[in-house]
Amino acid sequence: MMFNIVGKRFWFFVISGAVILISIISLVTFGLKAGIEFSSGSMMTVNFEQKVEQGELKQELASLGYTNAIIQRTGEGDFLIRTHELTSQDKAQLEDALTKRFGHLTEPEFHSVSPMVAEETAQNAAIAVAVAAIGILLYVTWAFRRMPNPFRYGTCAIVALVHDALIALGIFSILGGILNWQVNLMFITGILAVIGYSINNTIVVFDRIRENLIKGISPSFEVVVNNSLVETLSRSLNTSLTTLFVVLALLLFVGASIQNFAVVLLVGIVAGTFSSICIAPALLVVWEKGEWGRFIGWLPLPRAKARG
Amino acid sequence: MTRKNSLVVIVILALFAFALWVILPIDSERFGREGIQLGLDLQGGVHMVYKADLSEVEAGKETEAINGAIAVIERRVDVFGVTEPVIQRQGKDRILVELPGVSEAEKAKRLIGQTALLEFRERVTDENGETKWVPATGVINGQEKVLNSNYFTEDTYVDRDRMGRIILYFEWTEEGKKLCEQITPRILNQPLGIFLGDEPIRGEDDEPITPIVKDALERCSVIEGLSFNDASELSKLLNAGRIPIPLTPIYEQTVSPILGADFIDMSLKAGVIGIIIVMLFMIIYYRLSGVLASLALVFYGTLVLALFKLIPVTLTLAGLGGFVLSIGMAVDANVLIFERMKEEFRTGRTLGATIEAGFNRAWTAIRDSNVTTFIVCVILYWLGSSIVASAPVMGFALTLFIGVAVSMFTAIVVTRTLLRLFVGTRLARRASLFSPYIGKK
Repeated sequence: MMFNIVGKRFWFFVISGAVILISIISLVTFGLKAGIEFSSGSMMTVNFEQKVEQGELKQELASLGYTNAIIQRTGEGDFLIRTHELTSQDKAQLEDALTKRFGHLTEPEFHSVSPMVAEETAQNAAIAVAVAAIGILLYVTWAFRRMPNPFRYGTCAIVALVHDALIALGIFSILGGILNWQVNLMFITGILAVIGYSINNTIVVFDRIRENLIKGISPSFEVVVNNSLVETLSRSLNTSLTTLFVVLALLLFVGASIQNFAVVLLVGIVAGTFSSICIAPALLVVWEKGEWGRFIGWLPLPRAKARG
Repeated sequence: MTRKNSLVVIVILALFAFALWVILPIDSERFGREGIQLGLDLQGGVHMVYKADLSEVEAGKETEAINGAIAVIERRVDVFGVTEPVIQRQGKDRILVELPGVSEAEKAKRLIGQTALLEFRERVTDENGETKWVPATGVINGQEKVLNSNYFTEDTYVDRDRMGRIILYFEWTEEGKKLCEQITPRILNQPLGIFLGDEPIRGEDDEPITPIVKDALERCSVIEGLSFNDASELSKLLNAGRIPIPLTPIYEQTVSPILGADFIDMSLKAGVIGIIIVMLFMIIYYRLSGVLASLALVFYGTLVLALFKLIPVTLTLAGLGGFVLSIGMAVDANVLIFERMKEEFRTGRTLGATIEAGFNRAWTAIRDSNVTTFIVCVILYWLGSSIVASAPVMGFALTLFIGVAVSMFTAIVVTRTLLRLFVGTRLARRASLFSPYIGKK
């Protein structure tokens, strides 16, 4: 009994389309909040000995003049507080005031970035993402040069990559909206790692399609693609699983400081596995058969209903 | 073939033993490297970047000014007793200061950022009847000069007088003495203000120290009333010299050493648990092949850590993240190979033929799929090197790169060699041991 993955392609498009739509809506409504590395400011980790409510802390900070402070709770009395850039004196005063109000506190981490440094960082991160995109594009062109339709394969691989990155960004913007998570350098690192990972998976599947096309296992392109998929299925799933295990371990045991990175990877790996199995090869088939019209017709759109 | 393989086994075992010797015990000294270098976020400490204001510096003398500032900071940090501090110029007008393991971050920062210029001020009453402190000035060579610690010789010291009071002793330079001669008569029997920056220096009672001028200033080269700690800190600052250019902090990251130690524990736990789960998964799914892949994974971890120590790679939290991530990715090559072997077994080949075909055919996929990770690592490394907050990004890129590179070696060479050991044994006939689910097609 052979799985028919390619046969369900329209369903996969609908699932992906829906998740991407949610991601885009979230990106538009919540946006992505830039962390201090990109927009300057100070971030301190504060641990109170006693339990402190987030609301109380917010109130206290507001009364001290930090009305725009962003607070993220990481434990009973543990918080991340983000403010504008603090000088040494500002910081000492803030600590004193918080100690007076909530009792003894420790401050295991403090991070402060000036606007000048933030601007540089944002600029260089943007360049890095752009260079990565170009580098991967070049690589894909090179890797697929022996394929029958290099442009087609390359495009499908990149669609899969954009799919994964968009979903990772979208989920992160939801977390940003709810939990005040901010985009930092580790997040950018995570996104780039996801991009690399996504291409890896797609390449392994496409590589097998190429091999099977040369072997001529079937005259039907759809069957060749599906067979290739099934043959690489356990590899795709197993590799993703082992990577997911370690990412989960990072997320569960290392916690707050690396959570941005771990969550982006987690979402990216899941999306990447899905896209390399269900989206990228299916797109190839749709392209080969020129069946976009069929897909639109298949969708239960209002137009179709009106006709019926 | 088998003889060659036995040779490879010996080389691998030797390499493994060497790697173990390099990393164990963890703080041992090997080839001049002691322990694994930890980044500031893991061992705690202060990372500051200052921007120097060079607008007042003559053209062409910028480097001199920056080096002067660095020399002063070095002397001050020395006073603080930091082991292995890093103080270096970054770009045109920046100075990077890294103080690993420092727990009193605020004190360290104060020590570095201090202008360390004591200024003497006199009290005047302006036309509105308000009194305020203005710098005490005199004239030297026709120019008005402020009396300050620039006119101290750099050998101040702290001692107790016969009554046990703390005294900071200093000596005026020749120019300082001239200024004192001019200023003393003007403010005799009046208080003298002593300011550090814009703040008066304060005694143990937290009151500003304002001695009454009783005698010619040049003879009275002592400051009384400071606490012992303040006096000795001030003295050391004065002796270290003054930073010749104004410095503004533009980037700061402080991590307490306790938190750093926690990070190490937590990532170690994540790494160990991650590795165990991956091994269990591989063994359950691929049985004997999985056991061999797990052995290769142990070898992999040991080799990577040994490389971290020898290169040396400064480990950061993100770097540890990259290492842990590479464990998950490391088995990818093995998975690719084992899946290929499964297909080869189905065509009825023997174990020996299957191993060779499986490895050869999986190679292009392994190579191609790792290239993108390398591209991303190189770009991230560049990003890291181009920004102030460089440590996390560079650490991640470097450890992931090393991890993936070593994983290709261990998955291909080590696993294959171990598998070949079974060729020709009785176990080799039981294909399901090496490649389960072959009958399920």
